[in-house]
Amino acid sequence: MENKLLVSSSPHISSPVKTKNIMRDVIIALMPALVASIIFFGARALLIEVVSVATCVVCEYLCRKIMKREQTIGDLSAVVTGLLLAFNLPSGVPLYVPIIGGGVAIIIAKQMFGGIGQNFVNPALLARIVLMNSFPVLMTTWPVTNFDTSDAVTAATPLALSKAGQAFPSYLDMFLGNTGGCLGETSALALLIGGIYLIVKHVISPIIPCVYIGVVFVLAAALGLDPVMQILSGGLFLGAFFMATDYVTSPLTNKGKVIYALCMGIMTILIRRFASLPEGVSYSIVLMNIIVPLIERKTIPLPFGVVKEAKKK
Amino acid sequence: MAKQSGLLARMGFVKYPGAAVPHRKHTSDTPTEVMPVPATVEIVMSMHIGAPCTPTVKVKDHVDVGTVIGTNTGFLSTIIHSSVSGTVKKIDTVLMPNGSKAKAVVIETDGQQTLDPNIKPPVINSREDFIEAVKQSGLVGLGGAGFPTHIKLNPAPDVLEKVDTLIINAAECEPYITADEHEILENYENVIYGITKVKECLDAKQVIIGIEDNKPKAIALMKEKIKDYDYIRVEELPARYPQGAEKVLIDTCTGREVPPGKLPADVGVVVMNVASIGFLGGYLKTGIPLTTKRVTVDGNCVTNPKNVRVLIGTKIKDIMDFCGGYKKQPTKLISGGPMMGMALMTDDFPVLKQNNAFLAFDEEEAKIYEPTSCIRCGRCVNACPMRLMPTKMEDAVNYKDVDALKKLNVMTCMECGCCAYVCPANRKLVQAFRIGKTLVRNAGK
Repeated sequence: MENKLLVSSSPHISSPVKTKNIMRDVIIALMPALVASIIFFGARALLIEVVSVATCVVCEYLCRKIMKREQTIGDLSAVVTGLLLAFNLPSGVPLYVPIIGGGVAIIIAKQMFGGIGQNFVNPALLARIVLMNSFPVLMTTWPVTNFDTSDAVTAATPLALSKAGQAFPSYLDMFLGNTGGCLGETSALALLIGGIYLIVKHVISPIIPCVYIGVVFVLAAALGLDPVMQILSGGLFLGAFFMATDYVTSPLTNKGKVIYALCMGIMTILIRRFASLPEGVSYSIVLMNIIVPLIERKTIPLPFGVVKEAKKK
Repeated sequence: MAKQSGLLARMGFVKYPGAAVPHRKHTSDTPTEVMPVPATVEIVMSMHIGAPCTPTVKVKDHVDVGTVIGTNTGFLSTIIHSSVSGTVKKIDTVLMPNGSKAKAVVIETDGQQTLDPNIKPPVINSREDFIEAVKQSGLVGLGGAGFPTHIKLNPAPDVLEKVDTLIINAAECEPYITADEHEILENYENVIYGITKVKECLDAKQVIIGIEDNKPKAIALMKEKIKDYDYIRVEELPARYPQGAEKVLIDTCTGREVPPGKLPADVGVVVMNVASIGFLGGYLKTGIPLTTKRVTVDGNCVTNPKNVRVLIGTKIKDIMDFCGGYKKQPTKLISGGPMMGMALMTDDFPVLKQNNAFLAFDEEEAKIYEPTSCIRCGRCVNACPMRLMPTKMEDAVNYKDVDALKKLNVMTCMECGCCAYVCPANRKLVQAFRIGKTLVRNAGK
């Protein structure tokens, strides 16, 4: 035994699941929605997605380089942000929109706060909100899907139609995604497949999507809205499975997750029902992201063997 | 842990404590082999929790198997016996794997293995006799902790009053190790005999033998052999690490949670490792003290992985040679399992009483991954069997924030390694908590 032995702290083995694998799983889970976006909105959808992902990766690369930090583009988290951002854009936007959005998401929301794990809001959602307020017209002009039989060039989203008191598309069209809307949000089916994949692979906890969607359904029914339409429309599935479950900006404990998702559901339905905006998913998630540290402070679990009584003193 | 590992936990709706570590029980089907007497043995005077022993022999003294070679008069200590017959060559000071120094008696063996003439089965007429006999046997907790057994079996009268359950720990949740499984398969008679005697000593009402369900042969055999004892039952434990951790085991078997800073006896339970009880059963019949140990030798650098019954004090390199030597250059040598075991700096180190495995890993298996940023995925929080918040604790350690560490109950951490195992960012969590515990301890001074 001439060679020296390695001495290190236990444990001496580690799980094969690494940050990169997790991000890869999220990308895989987003693929059905990506395919659906191309089916319904054509090659233009793919172009926007590619530009958005490329912008995010390049921004991340440059930020790390300029800040002289270790390079993190290999963990694929920038790709996830790029895809999610693209999914939040209508297919008709000019290409500078995803470029600006990608820059805002990666440079401002993510890298300025220290990079992966440090952002306090979901980067893609913050970028969406910035874009919504900067280009309100571009961001709310939704081209019709490839299967639209009318002569119209643009379509309103089901939520906007509903808010205006007009007839909205059939449940089936909404479930499949054959409605006006942002690239990745229209097909509930594709998002559901991706979401279930993430739950089965233990990438995300089922608590947040189940509670969030459940609360929206129940409250919609209670407030006299069509509950099925409310959960199938807008960005709810995209938000519930892919954005609200973002690790960095959601609570660590199960109890915290329930509180977080519950509040998001309430906020979403209040915005949809009473605010002037038709959609409230992105604002609900971003607002709850900010409250997560407070939720966390109140949901530290009692350690093993400690009984409730011991806490009162 | 059992009660929490239902379908909802598997689906992620409720906390699923522990980690799905690989089992790698390669040596499960190979019977234990007895290793021949090596040329020399090196018996360390500190292989238990408590005060180290002082050698009671001098250089050139002749010793037999079972001759007392180390004692200590302190309360928390034990007795150390020679595992061989031969001549004391020298009294040495050795560097222990944890960096401390200890005395060691080096004995040149004569190969005769003659038994010390004073050895005879203990005569037991009372509880006090029993405790004294256990003390004379040199038994310490063989599961790894090395806590002197005669002290564990002799709690204060008011605590003893509360004890109603004896749990035999045969969970063996660490990957690779199968020594306890073979203890059941090969020594079940002594295990059961030991149980009856300890049960009597503690006046316990029930005895639970906890075995993880990845050992069906051991479970079937044990169930068959305890049929005539109405107070003994076998508990099939879910094979999820760290099922064999004392607090987790007690919770699974009885639903009782041991509060932080308390002992199992405070909730009416005494836990003994199956190898300890098996030894005790044999000792009560023969009077031969603790001089041998069954260890699992495995890892991808070992030519013939197997269980070996070795004499205490045998050098690890001699055991490795007995197992066919290294088939490739090991990068890491671990005493114990890969989750909680200790990395050794050399194989020129003797077997201690509480050792149960030696693993030799190659470069690939011993790879240390560079830590990346915490992504707050919460896997560590979900995995922690003590319901702590590892990621928050790590932050507190980095800030040297003793108040936060106390608030987060860092002292409750048992260093099982689940958090660090599941961390996708390779954070060195257990390492951080060891520092955190030291910070808290020093702050109290």
